[in-house]
Amino acid sequence: MKHDFKELKLDRVTRRFAHAGGRAVAALDGLSITIPRGEFVALLGPSGCGKSTALNCIAGLLALSDGSIHLDDMRIDVLPPEARGFGMVFQNYALFPHMSVRRNIGFGLRMRGVADAEAARRVDAALKLVQLAGHADKLPGQLSGGQQQRVAIARAIVVEPPLVLMDEPLSNLDAKLRLEMRSEIRRIHRNLGRSTIYVTHDQDEALSLADRIVVMKDGTARQVAAPAEVYANPADLDVARFMGYRNELALTVKRRDGERVVVEGEGLTLTGIAKGELAPGTRARAMLRPDDIVVADAGAAVPNAIDGVVDAIEYGGRESLIDVVTQGGARLHVRSAASAQVGAPLRVGIPESRLLVYREAAA
Amino acid sequence: MTSSPGLAGADRTPWLAAPSAIFLLVLFIYPCLYGLWLSFHPTEGGMLANYTKFFSSERQWPTIFTTLKLALPATLINIGVALPIAYRMRVKTPGQKWVTAALVIPITLGTVLVAEGMLTYFGPKGWLAQALGALHLYDGAIRLTHNYTGVLISLVISGFPFAFLLLLSYVTGIDPVLGRAAATLGAGPWQQFRNIYMPLLIPGIAMCFCLAFVQAYSVFPSAVLLGAPAGPTRVISIAAYEAAFEQYDYPMASAIAMMMGLAQLVVVVAVLALRRLVYRGPVTGGKG
Repeated sequence: MKHDFKELKLDRVTRRFAHAGGRAVAALDGLSITIPRGEFVALLGPSGCGKSTALNCIAGLLALSDGSIHLDDMRIDVLPPEARGFGMVFQNYALFPHMSVRRNIGFGLRMRGVADAEAARRVDAALKLVQLAGHADKLPGQLSGGQQQRVAIARAIVVEPPLVLMDEPLSNLDAKLRLEMRSEIRRIHRNLGRSTIYVTHDQDEALSLADRIVVMKDGTARQVAAPAEVYANPADLDVARFMGYRNELALTVKRRDGERVVVEGEGLTLTGIAKGELAPGTRARAMLRPDDIVVADAGAAVPNAIDGVVDAIEYGGRESLIDVVTQGGARLHVRSAASAQVGAPLRVGIPESRLLVYREAAA
Repeated sequence: MTSSPGLAGADRTPWLAAPSAIFLLVLFIYPCLYGLWLSFHPTEGGMLANYTKFFSSERQWPTIFTTLKLALPATLINIGVALPIAYRMRVKTPGQKWVTAALVIPITLGTVLVAEGMLTYFGPKGWLAQALGALHLYDGAIRLTHNYTGVLISLVISGFPFAFLLLLSYVTGIDPVLGRAAATLGAGPWQQFRNIYMPLLIPGIAMCFCLAFVQAYSVFPSAVLLGAPAGPTRVISIAAYEAAFEQYDYPMASAIAMMMGLAQLVVVVAVLALRRLVYRGPVTGGKG
């Protein structure tokens, strides 16, 4: 398989599964994306959104129902997985339990008929890259979760694949190890200089690793953009919900003035940024991140001031999660370093640029 | 670990094994030891008289090998045929449960019933002979019963479902993601089988071989009904039966039964010893 490819192109990739009722359900519905060489792309979404299906389609482990996949001008979706030559890291690692670490990593080279001396040299290099040089002769069962994970990565990259596919590789690790492995994966990606497609349901992981994020829901890509863009400007209500906009206020559009929109309801009148069609009178949702809400010092003026009472405090170290119930009865989650007391009144404010107003999805 | 108050430190869980221990003692260990004791107390002669008689009689000791000549090929055929089918059925396909049902039905039939059926089907005037004759495919005499072949066929019919079910459970126990991982690394279907499934299956195959072999080695009804019990299929259990119920020499029958057990044990121990040489760990590829 060639390594100096320019781009991988998914063209309306669709995968349907026969459902119990005999009805075919599209787990992946017309996904199109072009990934240039060197890019790190994260497929992000809740479980059941089709992200793993997409990965398995690219790897060749699932046949497409429709659409095609091309590596430059070669159509690859018709090839069996063993002919595609992509490296894949599985969620449960899928290490061969009867083979030593060395034989696991060397498996792909052996299948490609690489000469023994050359293979040994490359396995040694891969072992060094994932910092497992001292464990070459152990069986996978003798390694910790993090070590197994690194063997899985080494096994996938030692063949120098044009594309590395990773299916939630960190979901089985503890929080500390997950952070360590995250930077490890980023480092390895840069060293290889090829493309990585990374499936995850963890937005922090996607934000920190990827050059570009594909946010998926119900088998379709809802937004394809750089991490900062997905974080600050979610394309729709579902993406916003998934990207940590935990506060949701059901309001009505009062007037619109270019990008700015004024919404009211629940005893509040707020000004924010309009996302999409929002004619006056439209039912809308104002979306807010807990960390974008600011706690006002007593008497100080804040934009979009809201008065409420502290209902609960979840201690979180430097910052706490404060639940504020407004006079109108709406509950706001606020992340702030400010001190607060349960039962005490609190005034919070929201910068206009951080209050995103979406049209309420048709039910 | 929980234990009732006042009994801290006293682990009573071993008592859970008591019912099965009693069961084994009454139904297996006692009869076995009694048989062993009996075999050393012959009706005439010294302690080893029965064993001397067994090994000096042309009608006795060759039965060890007569039985082996039936049991070994039957076991190998059963495993050799069951393995590819079980491997093929590791992935869910439509109609799979019907195939499994069809393959397993013979297990519900007793050996005597199978033997009766075979006598009418495979006999010189049976359906098979008549069908082949009518189609002019083969007009010679069909001799598939009352000889070695008849017993071998019946051992395959009754032993196959057993081997198949056992192997199917071993095959489906292997994490299918391992095969997929091998595929993404460049392994084609045959290499996946050879490099991933086969090494992980060997311990299971060895276990299946032992159980199937022991079952085949104790063949009795089909050897009498379908074989030539006077000669080529005079298996060791027939020798024991004759000693016990024709000559009423229980000690001699016990000695023959002991030899039968020993022969089975030798094969089983040999296979299990070989099994120790290969990987026997978990068959999944990491954390679930």
